[in-house]
Amino acid sequence: MLRDYFNFALGTISHRKLRSWLTMIGIFIGIAAVVALISLGQGFKQAINKEFEKIGTDKLFITAKSGFGAPGTNAAVELVEDDMDVVKRTQGIENIAGYLMVNSKVEFEDEVGFFLVLGMPEGDERRLMQETYNIKIQEGRGLRDSDEFSALITNGYAEKKLLGKNLKLRDKIEVSGKEFTIVGVIPKTGDPEFDRALVLPLDAVREISNEAERIDVILVKVVNVNSISSMAERIKSDLRRARDVKKDEEDFDIQTPEQLLGSFNDILDIVQAVLIGIAAISLLVGGVGIANTMYTAVVERTKEIGIMKSIGAQNRDILLIFLMESGLLGLIGGIIGVVLGFGLSFTVEFIAKSALGINLVEAYFSYSLLFGALAFSFLIGATFGILPARQASLMRPVQALRSK
Amino acid sequence: MKRSVIRLENVWKVYKMGDTHVNALQGLHLDIKEGEFLAIMGPSGSGKSTAVNMIGCLDVPTKGRIMLDQHDISRLDESELAQIRGRKIGFIFQQFNLIPTLTALENVTLPMIFQGTGEGERISRAKKLLGLVELGERIYHKPTELSGGQQQRVAIARSLANDPEVILADEPTGNLDSKTGSIVIDFLKRLHKADGKTIIMVTHDAALSRVAERVEFLKDGKIVKSLNNK
Ligand SMILES: Nc1ncnc2c1ncn2[C@@H]1O[C@H](COP(=O)(O)OP(=O)(O)OP(=O)(O)O)[C@@H](O)[C@H]1O
Ligand SMILES: [Mg+2]
Repeated sequence: MLRDYFNFALGTISHRKLRSWLTMIGIFIGIAAVVALISLGQGFKQAINKEFEKIGTDKLFITAKSGFGAPGTNAAVELVEDDMDVVKRTQGIENIAGYLMVNSKVEFEDEVGFFLVLGMPEGDERRLMQETYNIKIQEGRGLRDSDEFSALITNGYAEKKLLGKNLKLRDKIEVSGKEFTIVGVIPKTGDPEFDRALVLPLDAVREISNEAERIDVILVKVVNVNSISSMAERIKSDLRRARDVKKDEEDFDIQTPEQLLGSFNDILDIVQAVLIGIAAISLLVGGVGIANTMYTAVVERTKEIGIMKSIGAQNRDILLIFLMESGLLGLIGGIIGVVLGFGLSFTVEFIAKSALGINLVEAYFSYSLLFGALAFSFLIGATFGILPARQASLMRPVQALRSK
Repeated sequence: MKRSVIRLENVWKVYKMGDTHVNALQGLHLDIKEGEFLAIMGPSGSGKSTAVNMIGCLDVPTKGRIMLDQHDISRLDESELAQIRGRKIGFIFQQFNLIPTLTALENVTLPMIFQGTGEGERISRAKKLLGLVELGERIYHKPTELSGGQQQRVAIARSLANDPEVILADEPTGNLDSKTGSIVIDFLKRLHKADGKTIIMVTHDAALSRVAERVEFLKDGKIVKSLNNK
């Protein structure tokens, strides 16, 4: 019986093509927007999660808390080499590295730009950095302990995208007035910030930036993955003592990749929820459009309702016929919307990857998203059709038959 | 003495329109026997359609009883009435009243859908009925692609879909010329004679009323004259 009503509704909808299309526009725009946002949001989350997996779960990141400083002074709180020594003495640490990131003026021939410069430490520290950030060499070689004024560039420079000129191995560039020779090229990682950076030896960066002591990030690898949170606590209390701050008033942060990921995911969830909420408004508008169309249909087909009742349709049958019709309006709108939505998100992925070089933008596809969206659009149609359908079902047969 | 199929006992129907009351039926008595062919005549506004709607369970009286198989149906709710209509009554209207978006075949299957008949049975029965009214070649035509007489024959086929005991025809030839009208009447006669259906037909045409076994004349919502043609 439901199948018959389904066919019946399909017939009516195709009978009034123009009106049906116009009605469905609201739904398919809304569904397309929601599907695209979920697809891109989930894809982005997955890409980020993958990045964090690469870093590994046995790492801790120690940074100065931004915005903290002695009252009355402008001096930002910093971590320094001494802090690193404190951390280094903590038991259970396998390896540790400290590095510095500064913005510097980069010149090549007559091109000038300001870019992030990463000061790469030496020896074991460098190896930990390479492991953690998955730094590979595409061309030339990596930095060595003996390097003084050597530089690694990312292939954004090699592809002429950053400085406007094509940098290659053995070119000489000036960073804050000092000359560096390019010895290696790092492939694109997909992290837009890192992909714009230059990598120089830490001592050289200290010299050009006049930062003899400062450390931006202390990277710690622990021996035992399972003890990572107790290690974080231990390092915290050691640093507290060394920096002379009270508990809960720390001027530094210790974060594990999970924590970073967690807070990142929280932010992403909120952003996504807000965006989807906005998109949902258009679904609401679409639903009201369906209700409006159905009210019109009920009035127009009053006579038909009377006829159906006279040949034995119960109120329930009329209700189902109209609900099916409004649900179907939603569902067809949803099918178009889902196709458009996934089309949009895969297009965005394609453009981001091929034209902008951003690897983190990924479209996510799943059958539960697909069928969830379809079920939801049917539900919107049916829900907004309830009142018109009820009105249709409650019509008195004689009155309905008398209408023209 | 034949069994009563439907009996109207002192039936009143009052339409309230603001302050004015229209008494469409004023104490109507009507006893319809199994297998009889009854014609109802009377001037416009005399309550013929209102009476037919009562007989067909489309409406309930303001006062009085409607006995169907010894049960009073005047207090049943809309869904119960719909079930009785679907199974026991077949309607034929002056304006044919087919669903314009459906083909002839679909129009005839529709009453069976409401009774939950299976698809295969529905279609074969609908085809048979359309063959009976000599429209076997037109089953996939929409109402707009059929002449008035053909549409009314589809309506006759539809009225027979659930094999009802009673066929109610409210001015079935009112929108047809006399030649096509007489074809429709011939089908009704055949249903009466061959299938033993109980037929109640409203008409303005005295000539047509002669096919009926009995004619009741209505005026101001009451029977004013009865005529036996047997
Ligand atoms: N729904 C209604 N609301 C108000 N008055 C109605 C309604 N239906 C019928 N009437 C009135 O009831 C009276 C009987 O109407 P009915 O349709 O039964 O007449 P009829 O004999 O079938 O007339 P006709 O030959 O013109 O079809 C008329 O005065 C009509 O105006
Ligand atoms: Mg009438």
